[in-house]
Amino acid sequence: MDFDWSVIWQALPELLKGARLTVLIALAGLAGGLVIGAAAGLARAYGNVVLNAIAFVYVELIRGTPIIVQVMFIYFALPILANVRINPLAAAIMAIIINAGAYIAEIVRGSFLSVHRGLREAGLALGLPFWKVLLYIIGPLAFRRMIPALGNQFIVSLKDTSLFIVIGVGELTRQGQEIMAANFRAVEIWSAVAMFYLIMTGALTLILRLTEKRMRIL
Amino acid sequence: MSIVEFKKVTKRFGQVTILDQVDLSIEPGEKVVLIGPSGSGKSTLLRCINALEEINGGDLVVDGISVKAGGRMVRLIRQEAGMVFQQFNLFPQMTALENVAFGPRRVRHEPRQEARKQALEMLAKVGLADRAHHYPSELSGGQQQRVAIARALAVKPKLMLFDEPTSALDPELRHEVLRVMQALAEEGMTMIVVTHEMAFARKVGTRLIFMEGGNIAVDGEPRELLANPQNPRLKEFLQHVA
Ligand SMILES: Nc1ncnc2c1ncn2[C@@H]1O[C@H](COP(=O)(O)OP(=O)(O)OP(=O)(O)O)[C@@H](O)[C@H]1O
Ligand SMILES: [Mg+2]
Repeated sequence: MDFDWSVIWQALPELLKGARLTVLIALAGLAGGLVIGAAAGLARAYGNVVLNAIAFVYVELIRGTPIIVQVMFIYFALPILANVRINPLAAAIMAIIINAGAYIAEIVRGSFLSVHRGLREAGLALGLPFWKVLLYIIGPLAFRRMIPALGNQFIVSLKDTSLFIVIGVGELTRQGQEIMAANFRAVEIWSAVAMFYLIMTGALTLILRLTEKRMRIL
Repeated sequence: MSIVEFKKVTKRFGQVTILDQVDLSIEPGEKVVLIGPSGSGKSTLLRCINALEEINGGDLVVDGISVKAGGRMVRLIRQEAGMVFQQFNLFPQMTALENVAFGPRRVRHEPRQEARKQALEMLAKVGLADRAHHYPSELSGGQQQRVAIARALAVKPKLMLFDEPTSALDPELRHEVLRVMQALAEEGMTMIVVTHEMAFARKVGTRLIFMEGGNIAVDGEPRELLANPQNPRLKEFLQHVA
């Protein structure tokens, strides 16, 4: 068969539109996921029994179910249960937030707890309240240790956005699917889609490497 | 008034009693050397003073504040009782100067420049002004421990607690830390020191306490006790550390 570059050329505007949406969902979802994940991770590491239990149930619930079921639940079941209307894009972002949040919670918990206990005692012994020990001493150390695992989660979440094809969000994979349904050029279109994902994950990897380099890992 | 007062203090870990109704008062200016076999409760006693360990019975008053007062009061106690750890516990992401300036800045709320100035003075005092911009990983053990002493002093405590400050150091690095501690003692600082350095106890200590099984077994004048230990278990212990 011939690889027809003009097919890709013609599909480019649509694919770019899809890629933009993919980036938007991933960015918004991960930003929210970081907030939820930090809160849940700190609750797991240092919270009282109640907070710890809530965070534990959340993490296990999310880690124990496929993300595709989660987004189906948000998009189809939640409107029935809560009597609200949710558009596909909001459902997609919400799915990334709660899904990434659960994994990030485990990353946050692990890296905070991996910081040597003596440092916490040294901070407390100076007369600081515990939250300031976390903020000024443990937090910065834990953050450095988090970067590789966070990077991994960012890449996973970015690729997970392709699953939202099932609720009809016009992200990159969905765009590819639609173009292909019209022109039947599977080889060209899926190669192009794959390239787009590689460029996005590659850029993410690069940014993470640079961040890691700029920080002394301690 | 005593600066530290143990009143029938009991400390348990689970079912095990570590401190058993300990009574002890320490006056300002005393240099108390705390010795005893491993597991006898020396660290626990020290850590109860700045409330790193919670007591289970009795009361413990430090500079007029009970360790049971909680929250802000406990933080005040910790500001009055500086602590030096066996493993130094310097903050690895901060330079020596930043470690020492941390207390003035974040605990005493000094402006940044003032905190730096005080930190430099403290570092000079422990002989490390020229290492101010080194990270802990770039310092020897003895230097790290001296930075840790400066860090504790920078909060301007009335009392210093040392938990085996030289035990993690090679013998040839110990004297530089002990010298700093001796200078501090000569300035009149109240000190409670857990150590196996008997020469330090003899030279600097004004009081020697021998702990055993969660109790204070012997309490007296260091030179006398070391020259002529009456208590048979203290005698045996001294033979082991010598
Ligand atoms: N967090 C803890 N949980 C349970 N038991 C503990 C804890 N900390 C200390 N202990 C126990 O309490 C006892 C006294 O410990 P402590 O550290 O006070 O002894 P020490 O006299 O300082 O000994 P060493 O010379 O080995 O440092 C030991 O038996 C120890 O195992
Ligand atoms: Mg000890």
